[in-house]
Amino acid sequence: MNTLTLGINFAYVISAGMFILGLKMLSSPATARKGNLVSAAGMLLAIVVCLLNAGLDYKWIMIGMAAGTVIGLVAAYRVEMTSMPEMVALFNGFGGIASLLLAWSEYHQHPELSIFIAMVTFLTAFIGGITFSGSMIAFGKLSEMIPSKAVVFTGQHIVNAVILLTAVGSGVMFSINSADSYMFFIVIVGVSLLFGITSVIPIGGADMPVVISLLNSYSGIAACAAGFVVNNTILIVAGALVGASGIILTKIMCKAMNRSLGNVLFSGFGSKVHAAGAKGAQQGEVRPATAEDVYYILEGADSVAFVPGYGLAVAQAQHVVRELGEILEANGTDVMYAIHPVAGRMPGHMNVLLAEANVSYDQLVEMDDINPKMDTIDVCVVIGANDVVNPAALDDKSSPIYGMPIIETHRSKTVIVLKRSMNPGFAGIQNALFFNENTRMYFGDAKASIQALIAEFKSAD
Amino acid sequence: MEAVFLTFVFVLSIFLGFELISKVPSTLHTPLMSGSNAISGITLIGSLASLKSDNVQVAIIFGTLAVAFATVNVVGGYAVTNRMLEMFKKKDTGDAK
Repeated sequence: MNTLTLGINFAYVISAGMFILGLKMLSSPATARKGNLVSAAGMLLAIVVCLLNAGLDYKWIMIGMAAGTVIGLVAAYRVEMTSMPEMVALFNGFGGIASLLLAWSEYHQHPELSIFIAMVTFLTAFIGGITFSGSMIAFGKLSEMIPSKAVVFTGQHIVNAVILLTAVGSGVMFSINSADSYMFFIVIVGVSLLFGITSVIPIGGADMPVVISLLNSYSGIAACAAGFVVNNTILIVAGALVGASGIILTKIMCKAMNRSLGNVLFSGFGSKVHAAGAKGAQQGEVRPATAEDVYYILEGADSVAFVPGYGLAVAQAQHVVRELGEILEANGTDVMYAIHPVAGRMPGHMNVLLAEANVSYDQLVEMDDINPKMDTIDVCVVIGANDVVNPAALDDKSSPIYGMPIIETHRSKTVIVLKRSMNPGFAGIQNALFFNENTRMYFGDAKASIQALIAEFKSAD
Repeated sequence: MEAVFLTFVFVLSIFLGFELISKVPSTLHTPLMSGSNAISGITLIGSLASLKSDNVQVAIIFGTLAVAFATVNVVGGYAVTNRMLEMFKKKDTGDAK
């Protein structure tokens, strides 16, 4: 190892340190932004020293990097905060395809690989391919370019099993004798792309937080495997960090829905309307309310908790909610925002939207912190959330969401539910909360409804 | 031995990752995800280092595409994370939590 290579590798160690420090600083909102910059600086350092390597093809490197930078910046600054989940899915997919192409280009140049290197080349291509096509499907579903509901067909598990077996078979053949296995490599690439598609289409909209977290983890693992292929430790360290982070988020999301990962991935949950609620178990009269009624309830409340869900994002209602929150605070009311871990389409989706609307982050309360004091809260305003506040999850053993932790709004003194109509939520089950005696249904578009409330407050002044 | 050494690094990094991430509050899960997503664009380093001037044509095409895609991942990922984190503020500029 000459001095230059040694220097480059030491710089990689510093980069790795900066990634770790950056991730550590992400654990508090106060330091998070600096943490991201530290991590970015680590990446910049790694790129610069990497370009010092001898014999690089600078012309093509410049072209590739220039194109990527322009696309990346334009996308990053144009995206709406409500569209953040699909943006992350898209970037994620690009990382996956880059790992696949890197492995392919390496194999094309040096087809004679040792068994170990051949195995990791296979893994890089396979995981990279799944990450890419899976992320593209997730992107399509989240941006509603393709139907976001779960697509299930008979024999789906068999198709997936056949695809997986083909992949493993080709992988074994490829690893044993990589020099004569170009065909097998192409099969691996094709099958991985196919598997990404077939494994994400059966997953419905509200399960997307799990899928995005999982794909996030895959992209890290693909980069990590690529690190073994090109014998580069910085890829392994950074890839492993991301892989671990994705796995943890996946676990948190699954726990928040009280379902196993296998159940999320293979059940096609929400594809069929469950009969449970239709049997009329807890049906009854709903009590609709007008803007004026809601105004009087809120006006007299000492504490109000907003409970946002995906409907908030759809209606782009985050700014008006914050405005209403400020009016209430000026009125002497204690205002907080209770956020369920799986509300929205990706982990932390609601927090980002409320942050965009300038809600102070110390007003955002996690589920486990709000539930113990729910009895003392005067009014809960549920905006575009449904299953995450359904009390059937606590007491109805026949309910498909039984056991899922919820925000227990039904225990507060009054619940106001903002909703377009009485259509059931993603899980296709009726919500007993809507029929409770202390619940008022305030029908209409979330944004328009809240604007009407703000108008009521303003005219009262 | 090389393979053992790399695996060693891999295993330790996974444990380190678990330790680091389990401390992130759910408020920051979206930025965490997009920020760690940007880190997964690290594959760019591998792509750069293997894009050599004596590569055959096919490898140059794949390599350039890999560099372009990974750059989108890195640049876009960090930029969008920064944009998001800018918005996480406390209203009353008191001492940070």
